[in-house]
Amino acid sequence: MDSSMYREQIIDLYENPLNYGELDPADFSYEEDNPLCGDVIRIDVRLDEQNRVAEVAWSGDGCAISQASASLLTEEIKGLTLDEVKAFPKETLLELIGVQLSMARVKCALLSLKVLKAGAYGLPDPEEIHPGHKE
Amino acid sequence: MLDVAKIRADFPILTVESYPDVPLVFLDSAASSQKPTAVLEAMDTYLRTYNANVHRGIYRLSEDATNAYEAARAKVARFINAQDAAEVIFVRNATEGFNLVAYSWGEANISAGDEILLTEMEHHANIVPWQLLAQRKGAVVRYVPFDENGVLDLSNLAELLTERTKIFSFTAVSNVFGTINPVKQLIAAAKAVGAMTMIDAAQAVPHMPIDVQDFDCDFLAFSGHKMCGPTGIGVLYGKRELLEAMPPFMGGGDMIRRVTLEKSTWNDLPWKFEAGTPSIAEGIGLGATVDYLTHVGMAEIHAYEQYLTHYALEALSEVPGLKVWGPPASQKAGVAAFTLEKLHPHDIAELLDKDGIAVRAGHHCAMPLHKKLGLAATTRASFYLYTTPAEIDRLVEGLHRVRQIFRL
Repeated sequence: MDSSMYREQIIDLYENPLNYGELDPADFSYEEDNPLCGDVIRIDVRLDEQNRVAEVAWSGDGCAISQASASLLTEEIKGLTLDEVKAFPKETLLELIGVQLSMARVKCALLSLKVLKAGAYGLPDPEEIHPGHKE
Repeated sequence: MLDVAKIRADFPILTVESYPDVPLVFLDSAASSQKPTAVLEAMDTYLRTYNANVHRGIYRLSEDATNAYEAARAKVARFINAQDAAEVIFVRNATEGFNLVAYSWGEANISAGDEILLTEMEHHANIVPWQLLAQRKGAVVRYVPFDENGVLDLSNLAELLTERTKIFSFTAVSNVFGTINPVKQLIAAAKAVGAMTMIDAAQAVPHMPIDVQDFDCDFLAFSGHKMCGPTGIGVLYGKRELLEAMPPFMGGGDMIRRVTLEKSTWNDLPWKFEAGTPSIAEGIGLGATVDYLTHVGMAEIHAYEQYLTHYALEALSEVPGLKVWGPPASQKAGVAAFTLEKLHPHDIAELLDKDGIAVRAGHHCAMPLHKKLGLAATTRASFYLYTTPAEIDRLVEGLHRVRQIFRL
């Protein structure tokens, strides 16, 4: 059986996530869910004087891929500037996850990045744009 | 009992491998079923040898196509015991059937303050069209709750089903719990207060004998592709006098008698509700589907699935931490929606797929149901006439492997 997608690191991060929690206050926070599978991720970021990521935390619920991805992403962006966060390529995150993902699961893997960028760009809460969007 | 080995030989896809040397175990028939050779051939023969539009041509091919398409309608009418083939409207799927009634009947019959009664276990197809209608009209949508076993709680039915209720629309079989609802009892209760009834039979018609005259329902809808038939074809059954009184749903060709630049008059039933060129190959395919299911026997299919459901629930109970949602096997159609400790259904489904096992993970178009259970999603295995106990054993083995990988 080929279960390489669930290599040890993914399961480790699912069991023991990195940077899990919330930051209050934060310089930016964002939360979004994928109603199709019920994954929900929130990311809080504090910046230093040079606009670099000083502290980052994530919280949420979902599948092993989305959860592991959030741990890897939050670990990777520490010290990056706000502009670098905004430009963070999805390919880099997929490389960090390091497993072959089916098309349906790429969405799970990229939810954390979508949330991070929405926060970095200061997008309004999805609930304000589409009331009733969140289940 | 049904000879499943013989049945399986009728379905060419069942010899396909999911991955090299990993045979397919297809446990997602509640989403869409596989098709027997007889259905594929009926469609293929039409497309290869007498493909032409229906109800239009004077030439031989078109007449043959029209005859085959209308013969399919007559077969479907007999299959569900409709009085008259004109009561069988071909639509794309059950969803379109609900939309047709919500627009055509609903626009003419629902006013502000009227109530539409559904249940909490409905598929979105039997929720959203009514919500849209209620929004347009200022009507109210109410819901019969289900209990902790996934069975409708009828203790407060008298408060929910009142003279204000204009229509009670509910599913015959839950697509998540598998619960077989007491359709006749609910229809009788609706009639007692003068409410119309519509049945979601998408999970019922494929799996058990259905008799619309015995139900005495006003409307009933189902999809071809869940009953071994093609996608793109479904059925709305309606009582003739109701359909006669209803305005058209969609306008266009085939549904008119006469069109002038000022106004138009409508064709007879059932064509009044079938605007434009229909799904001809799919309609003919549905006729072959009905022949196939009739040949196997709906009572035999139901009995075999009851056996499978008992077998599956017992086998799944041996997986530690696994919970099957819904009633016990005796009250259930061939559906097992389950959770495995805190594991996300997408992880479960992805790992099962590596073993060739196709299950559905998600909310199965029943978000309100899942929300009430406090779940975002479940994993669902569903069975049909071609499912074997050995495939259920492979599901159970696969779930044990999922536990290992997640170190449970």
